[in-house]
Amino acid sequence: MEIQEFQAKALLGRYAVACPPGTLAISADGAERAVRQLGPGPVMVKAQVLAGDRAKAGGIHVAQSPEVGRAAAAGLLGRRLVTEQTGAGGELVKRVLVEAQVDSVRDLYLAIMVDAASGALLLIAGRCGGSGIEDRTASGAQTLETLSLGSGGELNADEITSFCRRLGLVDRELESCREIIGKLHRAFIELDASLIEINPLALTQAGEAVALDAKIVLDDNALFRHPDLANLRDEDEIDPVELSAQRHQLNFMQLDGDIGVIVNGAGLALATLDMIRDAGGRPANFMDIRTTAKSLDIAHGIGLVLDNPRAKVLLLNVYGGGMQPCDTIIEGLGIAVRRKGRTLPVVLRFTGNNEDLARLRLANFNLPATECADMWQAVTCAVAMAKGRK
Amino acid sequence: MAILVGHDSRVLSQGMTGWAGTYHTNRMMQYGTRIVAGVTPGKGGTSHLDVPVFDSVAEAMRETRANASIVFVPPDHAARAMIEAIEAEIPLVVTVTERIPVLDMVRVRGALRGSRTRLVGPNSQGVLAPDMCQIGVMATDRARRGSIGVVSRSASLTSEVVKQLTDRGLGQSTTVGIGGDPVHGVGFVECLELFSADPQTAGVVLIGEIGGDEEQKVADYLRAAGSRKPIVALVAGRHAPPRRRMGHAGTLTMRGDGDAAAKIAALADAGVTIAASAHLVGATMHEVLAKSGLLPSAGAGKPAPVGGASFGLR
Repeated sequence: MEIQEFQAKALLGRYAVACPPGTLAISADGAERAVRQLGPGPVMVKAQVLAGDRAKAGGIHVAQSPEVGRAAAAGLLGRRLVTEQTGAGGELVKRVLVEAQVDSVRDLYLAIMVDAASGALLLIAGRCGGSGIEDRTASGAQTLETLSLGSGGELNADEITSFCRRLGLVDRELESCREIIGKLHRAFIELDASLIEINPLALTQAGEAVALDAKIVLDDNALFRHPDLANLRDEDEIDPVELSAQRHQLNFMQLDGDIGVIVNGAGLALATLDMIRDAGGRPANFMDIRTTAKSLDIAHGIGLVLDNPRAKVLLLNVYGGGMQPCDTIIEGLGIAVRRKGRTLPVVLRFTGNNEDLARLRLANFNLPATECADMWQAVTCAVAMAKGRK
Repeated sequence: MAILVGHDSRVLSQGMTGWAGTYHTNRMMQYGTRIVAGVTPGKGGTSHLDVPVFDSVAEAMRETRANASIVFVPPDHAARAMIEAIEAEIPLVVTVTERIPVLDMVRVRGALRGSRTRLVGPNSQGVLAPDMCQIGVMATDRARRGSIGVVSRSASLTSEVVKQLTDRGLGQSTTVGIGGDPVHGVGFVECLELFSADPQTAGVVLIGEIGGDEEQKVADYLRAAGSRKPIVALVAGRHAPPRRRMGHAGTLTMRGDGDAAAKIAALADAGVTIAASAHLVGATMHEVLAKSGLLPSAGAGKPAPVGGASFGLR
């Protein structure tokens, strides 16, 4: 689960990670008040969206006065911010974070993540943080230092010290960096994070480390241990259709084509999209029915596909396994069509567990169905039908 | 011979007394797998599905000489169950459970380091040696004993590929699902090494997909070590919708999260034959074996006709 910058900073505050003083605002008036509260000096007005590259996209402004801060907030709130990471539709800005600007002597990059390859936590740092770090790293202009933190036990103080030395830090700066690494490590474990990234981490004249920006990704699979963190999810940020699908044990994503896709299993689902595109068709959605989905969950998912006005034909590609036999999915199809009171032509290919039972059920539903013997045939048939229907 | 499992596999089932554990353990028994014990803390001394239930893995191993475990324990306690099995030094653990917290898996990986246990999974359909031993929840209807090893990140695609292989007269030595989670036990490379050393296996199908760096590691391994057995790979997700990037995901990309094109290029460069599409995996393996003169002699099955007219609802 991705959370907003202001939420990440609030969580890090629990671990005494220093962040610039700031206030959240949801209106231009609120932003102006926030600037006055912060007192004299320049402030940052930062759009709160779940996407990076905000600075380049005009999502971050510096303001020298309450009036300018107000204008900056007015320009951001209610607009859709399009960054390199949001896609063309952009993200609606509902809040801005108004923060005091911190004078930094130098900016570092600092992150902890789960490194899948080694199965351990990995500490990553760069001498030169801030936006554009990917480009600088990719071009070889800077190298990132890494250190394995093992399985989440105690940190090795000597290793952390020599890691900080590799970043060129000495004295007070080194001490600040050591401290913040310890705090982030503790936060990472206690919050069940999969990524914490501070970019940039400012080092001030006094040698203090201040997190100017913070990204946290929390592990969805661990939210059962953190009911308080689960509440941080901003459900408005997620496509409501995709959100309801998640609640029904489905991975679902709207796409812009005209072939509604119903598949069980992520790998088979990806392969089905590949085949549709190879055959010259365009999928209306991605759907992976998880093995834990029951027929009513599946009916919900198929209902989402039927509701899509762009979908002209349904393509069902199912391999019935031990956990989810074919008849469960066909039953879901029947329920969905009955509930919606409408259907589309359906091209089906199903095989595996309870294939025969599924075929008997299908016959009872009396659908405009075409069953194919293999998946490539089913795909080409669905593509041809979609092209034939205007 | 198969890899990971065999005639001498004696399997205990952790979490057998739950609903999923009961259902799938029963299925495995019917397939012919020797299930010797169940483990559910607090239920020791009882019996379930006609096998004894123990409180701990160590006790079950002592009493039944179990040498493999399948884990059905729910996500909140699955890591504890795996670590218990690792500490009891059981040679093989297969974890079916989905949605285990990633930091729990980091701890499990810590327990695996230097241990005597191999872990398959989590979020895996398991290991199948057709007509011999099933430790998993996969479909078995189309699996036939033979000479092709299959290693995969996806359960449903494995079933599909197994069907295509069997339709072409190519049985399977073992199918292994390494699981869909980022932090997991055995990977593609370890399975390839095992298949390479397995006399029953003549060729290997590798079913990859976007995300992670398993396929890249295979390419690196093969460029260094080579392979005497033909390998056919499918990488699913060539046309996947781009995932929305969050934060400075470029850093993450740099740390190995290749797209399908990069994986396909790396594998092809390392001498792997790429199946052009998911429906062509069986045909591609058949062709590769035919070219190398490695096709099994008739009797293992005959090629099924490809395609056929689509038929309406009867």
